Amino acid sequence: MSAKKLQRRFTESVIPHTVLLVYLVIAMFPILLVILNSFKARKAIFNNPLMIPTSETFSLEGYATVWERAGFPSYFANSLTVTVVTILLVLIVGAMAAFALSEYPFPGNPLLGIYLALGIMIPIRLGTVGILRLISSLGLVNTLTALILVYTAQGLPLTIFVLQSFMQQVPRELKEAARVDGASEYRIFGLVLPIVRPAIATVAVFVMIPIWNDLWFPLILAPGEKTKTVTLGAQQFLGQFVSDWNAVLASLSLAMIPILVLYLIFSRQLIRGITAGAVK
Amino acid sequence: MQTPPTHPKKRKPFPTHIIVFLAPAVLIYTLFMIYPLIDSLRLSFISNETGGFVGFENYKTLFTNDLWSVRFWGALKNNFVFFLIHMLVQNPIGLLLAALLSRRTLRWTNTYRTLLFMPTMLSVVIIGFIWQLILSPLWGVAEGFMTFVGIEQYFQPWLGLENTTLPTLALISVWQFIGIPMMLFYAALLGIPDELVEAAYVDGATAWTVFWRIKFPLILPTVGIVGILTFVGNFNAFDLIYTVKGALAGPNFSTDIMGTLFFRTFFGQQLQLGNPEMGATVAAIMLLIILVGVLLYMVGWQRRIQTYEA
Repeated sequence: MSAKKLQRRFTESVIPHTVLLVYLVIAMFPILLVILNSFKARKAIFNNPLMIPTSETFSLEGYATVWERAGFPSYFANSLTVTVVTILLVLIVGAMAAFALSEYPFPGNPLLGIYLALGIMIPIRLGTVGILRLISSLGLVNTLTALILVYTAQGLPLTIFVLQSFMQQVPRELKEAARVDGASEYRIFGLVLPIVRPAIATVAVFVMIPIWNDLWFPLILAPGEKTKTVTLGAQQFLGQFVSDWNAVLASLSLAMIPILVLYLIFSRQLIRGITAGAVK
Repeated sequence: MQTPPTHPKKRKPFPTHIIVFLAPAVLIYTLFMIYPLIDSLRLSFISNETGGFVGFENYKTLFTNDLWSVRFWGALKNNFVFFLIHMLVQNPIGLLLAALLSRRTLRWTNTYRTLLFMPTMLSVVIIGFIWQLILSPLWGVAEGFMTFVGIEQYFQPWLGLENTTLPTLALISVWQFIGIPMMLFYAALLGIPDELVEAAYVDGATAWTVFWRIKFPLILPTVGIVGILTFVGNFNAFDLIYTVKGALAGPNFSTDIMGTLFFRTFFGQQLQLGNPEMGATVAAIMLLIILVGVLLYMVGWQRRIQTYEA
């Protein structure tokens, strides 16, 4: 009996934890290795990469180099501008469209829904030749506006699709009651928005991450020094300074840490958003 | 005899608000996504030299002209290898992790889940450089680890050799994106009603049997979604190869995939001028490949599953 219990405990707890821990090490090791070594002097980075920084080996020289040589503060500001403006645009414009699609059964509604959903499966990158032609004919090459417009178009399909399905679940009575009270359709839209707030938060993260991390469009539409984003800036900086390991490790850490902190703060909501369909 | 339900028709004032709600989204999406896609498709039928309409001439050049076809077929083949490695490594491991995480009796699953998803959030550029450093013979972290385990004789500069670079890059990408199949499978597994599983356990089934006979068939729709997402993502990949190996996708084009070929063709490289028309042709073929994938998924997978469920 107790042998059987032991065996059960083994298969139900020990094996899963072992597998998960092993994979945890595989997933975390590279990230931690880079962050830890970024705080070490050059000699210590090479002599003992696996050691944590001690008082003897601690050094910020990499960070100093990055701060002096690269325009990271400006890249950071550019990424932030593009991401924040795009998110706001996508959420406002997308929520309005999602509301119209979920609320009014006008002729052509399902067809318009399919048209707007095409962009979920078709990557916008495939239209790059056309996008560059359009952006240059509008005189927007090397502007953050170009990136914002393209990313807004990229983010809209998923936003509309997800918000539409959440808005459909908002009880009809609520909206009808407001209509009886004489509320305008715009007022009713304002009523529905707070109800789908959790979905809006999830969509915001899913739209934000690919924009922040994108290399393709900054490289093609806005490669100028003034409009460089963090991702493009890091890519070019790292390419130039391959031999300065302190600087490389420091810039990698600088590029990672903001995202990791944000992720750890919001991970609960984010993961709840992903698994929303299942856990209710 | 049944009559369809009739909707009473009311004459209402012209619905301006519907237009106001829809216009901004439709305009931005059409102008910056659909129009450029169509314009790009149109360009693929235009000659780079004369600017006139040439039918499928660009496609013919890409498939058969000696200057182009080697690169094109090479990139296509490499892209399929890249995709296959993801399907065979990323998705099964993602499924395994999800299966373990979704066990209700297991503790600390929240912590595992949060940390395992972390690499997925980071930029491909960062990931590419991190692994370049780790695998570099100069730093010797990978080599040191292999010496520790006693297999140092197998160490090679994997990111520099012609036959190992592509699989190595694919595995780096797998390492980063494993969080996506893990989360999707995890959500699907959590959605399975407890009663179904409990009943099987009461009947004396093992966890292994329960997983493959009950849980897995129930999450088949998610298996399809993961498959098609992997396909679309891989045939649209670019950032990792460009970061680690540059636009020339070396050594000797062995890591060239459709995304890097598209970039080089469209933007040019050291010895070759950019060619928007041929670039548009490459993009059109990528679009076609993705559409075929999506169609196969919708007809061959989703439909069949729906019939089973019905």
